[in-house]
Amino acid sequence: MTREYLFAGFGGQGLLFSGKVLAYKGLIEDKNVSWLPSYGPEMRGGTANCSVIISDEPVGAPIISNPDVLVAMNLPSLDKYEAAVKPGGTILVDSSLIERKVNRDDVNVYYVPATKLAGENGAPTLANMILVGKLLETYGEYDAETVKTALGKCVSARHADLLELNLKAMEIGRDFE
Amino acid sequence: MADKVLMKGNEAIAEAAILAGCRHYFGYPITPQTEIAAYMAKRMPKIGGTFLQAESEIAAINMVYGVSSAGKRVMTSSSSPGISLKSEGISYLAGADLPALVVNCQRGGPGLGGIQPSQSDYFQATRGGGHGDYHMIVLAPASVQEMAQLTIRGFELADEYRMTSMILADGTIGQMMEPVSFDFEIKEAPEKPWATTGTGMKRKHNVVNSLYLSPEVLEIKNIERYEKYAKIAEKEALAEEYMLDDAEIVIAAFGIAARVAKNAVNAARAEGIKAGLIRPITLWPFPEKTFKKVIGTAKQIISVELSMGQMIEDVKLATECKVPVSLCYRVGGMIPSPEQVYAAIKEAAEKAGE
Repeated sequence: MTREYLFAGFGGQGLLFSGKVLAYKGLIEDKNVSWLPSYGPEMRGGTANCSVIISDEPVGAPIISNPDVLVAMNLPSLDKYEAAVKPGGTILVDSSLIERKVNRDDVNVYYVPATKLAGENGAPTLANMILVGKLLETYGEYDAETVKTALGKCVSARHADLLELNLKAMEIGRDFE
Repeated sequence: MADKVLMKGNEAIAEAAILAGCRHYFGYPITPQTEIAAYMAKRMPKIGGTFLQAESEIAAINMVYGVSSAGKRVMTSSSSPGISLKSEGISYLAGADLPALVVNCQRGGPGLGGIQPSQSDYFQATRGGGHGDYHMIVLAPASVQEMAQLTIRGFELADEYRMTSMILADGTIGQMMEPVSFDFEIKEAPEKPWATTGTGMKRKHNVVNSLYLSPEVLEIKNIERYEKYAKIAEKEALAEEYMLDDAEIVIAAFGIAARVAKNAVNAARAEGIKAGLIRPITLWPFPEKTFKKVIGTAKQIISVELSMGQMIEDVKLATECKVPVSLCYRVGGMIPSPEQVYAAIKEAAEKAGE
């Protein structure tokens, strides 16, 4: 099985980081993975995105035309990528930043006020991880142990104190109904 | 999970170079390869090596010349416009028969171009780039694992043949992360009795130089170098073959283009189209023998490139123009989609079936 994820939003929202956590989780589970960032001037505050592929087969092109999963953290990203999501796929919307609804009825949509939840829970920069928590829960793939290990691989030793906070954010996403 | 780590292609090059015993890196920042310099800046001081951000690309390549003359493994890295600047120094390395590793993480050109991936430095890399008759060994990784593996191989080949190895990557492979294992068997660098390390009053002076004012001597130097190149062409050409045995439509692609093409080949096979892929891993020497194998069986070859058609010339030469060769491309930092390549395969298959 192959699943393709596209994380899209503004630079600075941590999309590249959340993609990396997901990719590491795949690696720990012995899957084939690829992670490809946009690396243009958008890193300095424009739109940013990151493509992650997790597969049982070797990964071919790391570039995604039609994702199975879209995580949209701003309106331009939803506008740009909504139509590209595979039928039967999943769209996660940060509903505290995107007011409109998804227009399609052939995909599973989850509205999570991630930025609001992050602010309320003392982790204002971790809306991205709330969405990843929800995403994993949606697919029944939230394995607490693996999630913790994957986070440990991505949070540098210098910022070790942030590990617990990231974990908490993911749990908020996991438990959000 | 074994001992694999998730790493960017550029970082994998840097780590592999350190494993290969490279303790001297000289560079100048340019997107999309700056992670190599950043990694070296972090690691080299901790392991007694040298990281130096030079005042320019030209300065950096000449520092490479200096360290190589002293017999040590040394590298530099850049992206397209920076490689043009380094080309003078690369020609001097060739003229002085010095081993070195140069990484080109290509971006769109010409000129300053853009910062997105490209393969349009193929001619520059495989034909030399600088002035004079010379070649580099050109290695084209298609994964982060190969970024590491071919870096180590690049150092080995450079030392063995006393010439420059170039890693010809692109922005995608440089920026993407994939699992990579560094479980390599590292060979010690060979003795370099030609290096200028001081005579110790025990031998004559070694001279490292690319200036030969006597045309008779310079002619012999060139001819000898080309005899060496002929040996390399015979021995070191490398390609991956994918579903080639019964392939009627053969894709030729390297690096990121080959990754995309593989998806398209799989899609075509699922539709019953006999498609296959030749992925050159060495671009110089070009894997001519692999291409000659499909003369007679292939009805059409499609060269998939992030350029206006550069490798396609080598494909035509290798197949002696006995198989029709067409081009499927995107340029300027764009990448062909698997759908675009699949459409090209389908069209070729329909034409071949007529």
